[in-house]
Amino acid sequence: MYRITRKKELNPTVTLMDIEAPAVAKKAQPGQFIILRTDEYGERIPLTIADYDREKGTVTIIFQIVGGTTEKLGHMNEGDCLQDFAGPLGNPTETEGLRKVAVVGGGVGCAIAFPVAKKLHEMGCEVHSIVGFRNKDLVILEDEFRSASDVLKMMTDDGSYGEKGLVTNALKALIDSGEKYDEVIAIGPVIMMKFVAAVTKEYGIKTVVSMNPIMIDGTGMCGGCRLTVGGETKFACVDGPDFDGHLVDFDEAMTRSAMYKPFERAKHEETCKLFSQEVK
Amino acid sequence: MKANMSPNKNPMPSQDPKERAHNFSEVALGYTAEIAMDEAQRCLGCKAMPCVKGCPVNIEIPQFIAKVAEGEFEEAYTIISRSSALPAVCGRVCPQETQCEGLCVRGKKGDPVGIGRLERFVADYHNENFKGEPVKPESNGIKVAVIGAGPAGLTCAGDLAKAGYEVTIFEALHLAGGVLVYGIPEFRLPKAIVGREIEGLKALGVKIETNMIVGRTITIDELFDDGFKAAFIGSGAGLPNFMKIPGENLKGVYSANEFLTRVNLMKAYKQGSDTPIKDNKRVAVVGGGNVAMDAARSALRLGAEEVYIVYRRSENELPARAEEIEHAKEEGIIFKTLNNPTKIMGDENGFVNGMECITMELGEPDASGRRRPVPVEGSEHILDVDCVIMAIGTSPNPLIKNTTKGLETNKWGCIVANEDGLTSREGVYAGGDAVTGAATVILAMGAGKTAAAAIDKYIKESN
Repeated sequence: MYRITRKKELNPTVTLMDIEAPAVAKKAQPGQFIILRTDEYGERIPLTIADYDREKGTVTIIFQIVGGTTEKLGHMNEGDCLQDFAGPLGNPTETEGLRKVAVVGGGVGCAIAFPVAKKLHEMGCEVHSIVGFRNKDLVILEDEFRSASDVLKMMTDDGSYGEKGLVTNALKALIDSGEKYDEVIAIGPVIMMKFVAAVTKEYGIKTVVSMNPIMIDGTGMCGGCRLTVGGETKFACVDGPDFDGHLVDFDEAMTRSAMYKPFERAKHEETCKLFSQEVK
Repeated sequence: MKANMSPNKNPMPSQDPKERAHNFSEVALGYTAEIAMDEAQRCLGCKAMPCVKGCPVNIEIPQFIAKVAEGEFEEAYTIISRSSALPAVCGRVCPQETQCEGLCVRGKKGDPVGIGRLERFVADYHNENFKGEPVKPESNGIKVAVIGAGPAGLTCAGDLAKAGYEVTIFEALHLAGGVLVYGIPEFRLPKAIVGREIEGLKALGVKIETNMIVGRTITIDELFDDGFKAAFIGSGAGLPNFMKIPGENLKGVYSANEFLTRVNLMKAYKQGSDTPIKDNKRVAVVGGGNVAMDAARSALRLGAEEVYIVYRRSENELPARAEEIEHAKEEGIIFKTLNNPTKIMGDENGFVNGMECITMELGEPDASGRRRPVPVEGSEHILDVDCVIMAIGTSPNPLIKNTTKGLETNKWGCIVANEDGLTSREGVYAGGDAVTGAATVILAMGAGKTAAAAIDKYIKESN
């Protein structure tokens, strides 16, 4: 069993947890993910590793409540145990040789972008972070990003915090102002990554995106996570999760991710009802 | 005792096809003691024992059958368990018609002896009636690592534990059993049976660590650093193949692995499971092996109205067990043989709404000795389906190969191992689908057994 050693609500729908999993913590690297199950009847869901502490043997996950499983997870507390926690899975983000990088994070994707920014920063790379949220209430990891970035652009859709606009506006502005990046790393909603890749393609800047499709096992066995990259089918779990943003078929990825939306919505409502009954 | 000279095998009591097509309970109900003794008397006990040569783990078949005929079922079990670690499983899933039963003398005039059914009976009898505690062998203190808790790994672990080794199995998934739990459906192999076999191994002292992905969580080199003296890789052939035809990434196209994992391992068919599965009405399963039959019959049980097996060769070449094909037909699965998919079509929301196939005819024999299927020009036609399941085989997972220096693999990604299972790395053995590519449970068990003997010899000689 894998104990929750810390729980912190970052905003009303996004929660951070440290999980005791020494074997995973020992090997975890930025860009990799884990698969967890909350309980015996739970589904296996992939979550990207947000941080890790090799000494304490803990792995940090940050998740947004979207379906039944994340709802259940959100109701678990410090001291509770997860049924399963397996990893680290996928290939780590390649950072070797990078000297100046724009890290673009959107929404809860910032949780995944942060460890990458941190690693780049630690290795002496110049990091420009552009993070976007819908509004001020949803902002997460601001201090963390600030500490790992040479430049930080905070964007909100409604202008309630930082600058009003999309991350692509800020990225374009930075590039137009003469910043030259070895690479852009974009992590967030698929639609955001699609538009970031469209912008950088114009400028011919190499762009890496982190894909998080539907998965079961996370080890290559089910093929549920397949994507089209440069016209070829790839499995996000073993070939990724990082891919060349200029080659990914984002539209296909978006439609595939929505496959179980009605089920997820129903499961979420069902789980919410269960919890509200317990409270009464 | 007088031999039973009936040319026919005692039929297997089974659930009615109409009924079972809507439930996940086991199809074949098993022989009763009376039927088993009657069937056992069909065995001539011939001296040549051709059946044993057909068994990948060389079970002493005539000897155990003789005990069944005498009603000494527990003694029969003792004989089987000398050779097989998982008799309740093998009695259910082995392709007996091409192995032991295929060589049975009785099969020359009439049906062969129902060896598989008798094996199953004996194992089930033992599981229900044996109350004693299994004896845990005295430990020799030497640690051996087994990677993968599927048929190869479980067998290898069992044999090594019996020889006194301290065996730890590292399993990537959250549950031990490999293909026995994620692949083969409940109605063909109840999971309680697999669970019991695994409990039996634990009673022998085998440790099972789940959620350990060797190659990610830990590497083979680290296992040796941790004091393991040898390792057996039984990681299977996990990566599903696709056909590389247009439309394969539409919603409603599954690999058989994904479809079966959702149903079997994650119990998507049960109320209360959090794992979703699409509600499919018209399903095409591409392929003709056991996995294809399992997927088709599972789809039917999940509520599909029409289920097709789409296979490019003719019915004679179907690689599935005869019993599975027969059961699938009885349940109403429609066989579209000599048909090959050319593309999958989708609606405006990206869901499957049809599959184009081309009619095939058989030409000259190919490298496999089977007649090569050739497309009939201009014969394209559309199958009206909302789900396509690809059951066209699997390839080994590259994770261990990529993280183990000096481990040789062939061009298909299979680990290269000699007849003892020894790989290109000292102390590292491998067997099962990881070496052969996708094959059967019993061949994997045979490889696990061979490797266990080789590991025992290796460790004794190097000390």
